[in-house]
Amino acid sequence: MATSTDVPNSQRLTSILEDIWTWVKKVPPVYPVFIVVLFIVSQLNPNFATINGVTSFLRRSSPLAILAMGQLYVLASGGFDLSQGSLINLTTIGSALIIYGNPEDAFISITVMLGIGIMVGLVNGFVVSYLKVPSLIATLGMLLLLKGGGLYWTGGAPKGYLSDNFRFFGRNYIENIPVIGRFPVAGLIFILLGVILSVLFHKTNLGKQILAVGDNPKAARLSGVKVKKVRIIAFIISAVMAVIGGILLGGFGGVSIEAGEGMEMLSVSAAVIGGAVLLGGKGSVPNVAFGALTLEGIISLLNLLGLPKPYRDAVQGVIIIGAVAYTAIRSRKRD
Amino acid sequence: MTTEVMSNDEKKWVKAFQRIPQVYYFLVIITVLGVVLDQIFARGNILSNPSILTNILIRSVALGIVAVGQTFVMIGASIDLSVAYTISLTAVLSSLLMQGDPSRVPMTIAIVVGVGVLVGLINGLIITKLDVNAFIATLGTGLIIKGFLNGSFTNWSGSVPESFQAIGYEKIGPIPISILLLLAVVIIGWFILSWTKYGAHLYGVGGSKEIGRLSGLRTSRVIIISHIICSLTSVLSGFFVVSRLGSGAPWVGPDGIYDLESIATTVIGGTALSGGRGGVFGTLAGVFIFGVIDTVFNQLGIDTFLKTVLRGAIIILAVASYSFRSEREAA
Repeated sequence: MATSTDVPNSQRLTSILEDIWTWVKKVPPVYPVFIVVLFIVSQLNPNFATINGVTSFLRRSSPLAILAMGQLYVLASGGFDLSQGSLINLTTIGSALIIYGNPEDAFISITVMLGIGIMVGLVNGFVVSYLKVPSLIATLGMLLLLKGGGLYWTGGAPKGYLSDNFRFFGRNYIENIPVIGRFPVAGLIFILLGVILSVLFHKTNLGKQILAVGDNPKAARLSGVKVKKVRIIAFIISAVMAVIGGILLGGFGGVSIEAGEGMEMLSVSAAVIGGAVLLGGKGSVPNVAFGALTLEGIISLLNLLGLPKPYRDAVQGVIIIGAVAYTAIRSRKRD
Repeated sequence: MTTEVMSNDEKKWVKAFQRIPQVYYFLVIITVLGVVLDQIFARGNILSNPSILTNILIRSVALGIVAVGQTFVMIGASIDLSVAYTISLTAVLSSLLMQGDPSRVPMTIAIVVGVGVLVGLINGLIITKLDVNAFIATLGTGLIIKGFLNGSFTNWSGSVPESFQAIGYEKIGPIPISILLLLAVVIIGWFILSWTKYGAHLYGVGGSKEIGRLSGLRTSRVIIISHIICSLTSVLSGFFVVSRLGSGAPWVGPDGIYDLESIATTVIGGTALSGGRGGVFGTLAGVFIFGVIDTVFNQLGIDTFLKTVLRGAIIILAVASYSFRSEREAA
């Protein structure tokens, strides 16, 4: 008698285990990798495991995460945005020039920079959609325009300085929060934008249209998607995120001629670590955000291991190749 | 009506005319603009000066050689972002291994060429066997080489012997060796693309990998070989750069922005990023456009930052001038 009840029980158990296993298999690899990286970091540096450590990590990582989410919009639509880094550069050195230490001008400067961001995205999108210039070339041209323009504007060396109220966003914490104590403003902005961009990407028509355009622009156009408009919106979102990232980075790191240099490649790297597929058609905002956090976590880890900076580049190279190869091999198996 | 009146001979000319890559018209426009600016601001002293003209050509050599390789990978619908660091790697290894000793030159060349083949092979294998997008694959290998170089060398290391510097400075008759080198690379590239089976295969695979595969081409091998060719041109560029500088340092490649500029000149030259179309002569014109702009701007004393701005605008406008009529969707 005992055996007759045992059989269905063990069957039920295996079916539950199978359910769990299929669920586990669906978890994007970026999350376990993120957890492992954070675990190792916290083992090496006990300070990291404290609330203070986590919040300061969040403050440091927020600009890249915001940037990567913006980059995803363009990547998912089938393009690249290489102008992000130079837009960050322009944002920090331009803001310093406008503000010149006068806190009253911080608001104006942020407005101007966001306006420039929208313009840059609009031009990128226009050049790609209407002039049919491949985005790699269009945004490379924009990179040179912004880099040269920023330096020309300031005369080759950063002038002026940022006011404290401008730097508030990237540098400060909101104090006196129950339980956790304090929380970085940058982290708050990141989470807020993360929610907005996730909803926009995953729950609205726009998100579906972006993915459709990235997957097959011709098919998207034939099924009534306004391909040009969708592309332009994607570039505007990417550029605005770059400006916001620039405001946070300026607050966190200050003004320099090299600010933002190479950030476009970092944001593409973060996006592919988060499972975004280049040339479009696939991607998830939360996964990409965690891709950025993972990349920052790995950078912290290499720091803790005492690896000199050059080797961090090499490790980043290995990781992005590995991440993309993993995604490719997994999708090949599924086919 | 006019076509009826045309003799066969005239038709041949029209056809030949139509086969000129559009970029040459752009090169003519830029050159004319350069001449006008020259006349207005420098009384014609810039472009009538033979040493300045030679300088335009020499400035174009390093970029031109690597751009030929970039053209190969881009015809195959791939891309190589690691060329700048391969150039640095070549420069550093060359001066390190040669140590100014002429007897070590042959051995060094053999080793560095071997390293170049290896870099191309690895790029090609990652792209074809691991299915990694070429942009990420070569960005990654570029970062790995960069990390190795910056981690191991912090300054100029070693030197190349004077006999090796001949590549950069000596002339055969009135023509600098470096320009002959560039011409040789362009002609070999043209020959491979237009007259060999491999060239036809590369255009086929670049046009459509699927059709290439179905018609029996070993697509992976075709792509891998194109990456080896591209790395070898980077090595050759690196030899030229180090022969001019006398010694190698990790930053010589990225400082020349050879990665993005070789891509830009190739696209300006009419090679499609999506593959299957283009050629080395178009790329050469793209390189000369950059050379003319650089030289005229330099001689006129235009602010370097403004120069960067204009360069960005010219890249976009040049590509837009013939892409905007196309039916294809850009991405």
